[in-house]
Amino acid sequence: MAADLYSANVRDGRAYLSLILTPLQWIVDVPSRLAGEVSDVVVDRSLLLKENAKLKSEALLLERKVQQNSALWHENDRLRSLLVSSKRVDESVQLVELIGVNPDPFQHQVIINKGSENEVVLGQPILDAGGVMGQVTEMSHYTSRVMLITDARHALPVEINRNGFRTIALGKGQLDELELDHVPDTADIKANDLVITSGLGGRFPRGYPVAIVSEVIRDPGQQFARVRIKPTALLDKSRHLLLVTMPAEVEEIALPLKGEVLPSKEIQ
Amino acid sequence: MNSGSPAQTGGGGFIILGTFIVGLMLSQIPLPYFIEWARPEWVAMILIYWVMALPHRVGMGMAFCLGLLLDVIKGSVLGLNALSLTIIAFLTLLLHQRLRMFPIVQQALMVMVFVGINQLLFHWMQAFTGYTGDSLVFLLPCLVSAVLWPWLFVVLRGVRRVFRIK
Repeated sequence: MAADLYSANVRDGRAYLSLILTPLQWIVDVPSRLAGEVSDVVVDRSLLLKENAKLKSEALLLERKVQQNSALWHENDRLRSLLVSSKRVDESVQLVELIGVNPDPFQHQVIINKGSENEVVLGQPILDAGGVMGQVTEMSHYTSRVMLITDARHALPVEINRNGFRTIALGKGQLDELELDHVPDTADIKANDLVITSGLGGRFPRGYPVAIVSEVIRDPGQQFARVRIKPTALLDKSRHLLLVTMPAEVEEIALPLKGEVLPSKEIQ
Repeated sequence: MNSGSPAQTGGGGFIILGTFIVGLMLSQIPLPYFIEWARPEWVAMILIYWVMALPHRVGMGMAFCLGLLLDVIKGSVLGLNALSLTIIAFLTLLLHQRLRMFPIVQQALMVMVFVGINQLLFHWMQAFTGYTGDSLVFLLPCLVSAVLWPWLFVVLRGVRRVFRIK
């Protein structure tokens, strides 16, 4: 039992044990997969047309944003080269699918359908369409386990998009809420501020949306302001997720040392 | 029906294993977040049944192996479920003759106690490794398991009789 906590070799054994269970995980996932397929088959034409039109207009909107974005990107690169600072590198992403959820309600973990055979790396960030979901904490050969940002043991370095105020978002074990850690009473944070990853700690790339500030409680009797934030990712609904591969130079910092489970910063 | 004589035992090992595999699957089927707190402890219940019915075939070794698999499913430290399942298998072994005589309601109450012990041990040990909860909701599965026990008992007894597992 203690060996599992302190030894890296046990992790391999664990990976093989989960390999035994991988077929079970696939079978358990079949009903929800089938349900999705059946609803694809029986959906009526008008609904499909409507959805198609909606997606087209959405794509148009997004394309417009991308056009602007690429111009800004190049401008940014030029400015950076003028400043002789290092170039920004784009991260590559891999599509993964969620195939299971940890049955223990105390732990917010999901299981995805890619593992060490698909070159998943420990600590890799996972996103969905809305924002950051979590990071890979355990791998088997064909599946891996992702700790969600709302898990009570998870901490994520973030910043406020509006003014760059840096802080840390702590999970509380509730699926719809996180909390910002040690925010001074005088900090410039308002409700509806967007919270993005700050890229500090080297594990998550910078600039992905994490949450929206839902409430700032400033109590003069308390040392720090309490800031409650609501994750933008649909943590309990998303099925199709993105696995982000960090650029090589960043990855070197992000890879855990041998024998170390996670950097002590991420464990509370 | 002298189920204890070694000459007549054997057969149906795969069926027993199959029921456990079904139990392992049921214990990882995704549920809505709030129902998840009330998920019955399928593996523990199935284990209690087989230990009670066939104590000479299913015992603590089986409980330990199942517990390891359950640990991997729940993502807990290896050995937590193994230990708690081994302990309830031991308790069931101690009491199996009495359990067989009990009416079904009293059996369900005993199942509630066993599953409760399982949950308590599991969460107590989880707390050592950093997972904490501040309420007693984690005991909810033992109530649900007790309510489901009569049905599970009838189904597993049916399985045992149909396949003549002794």
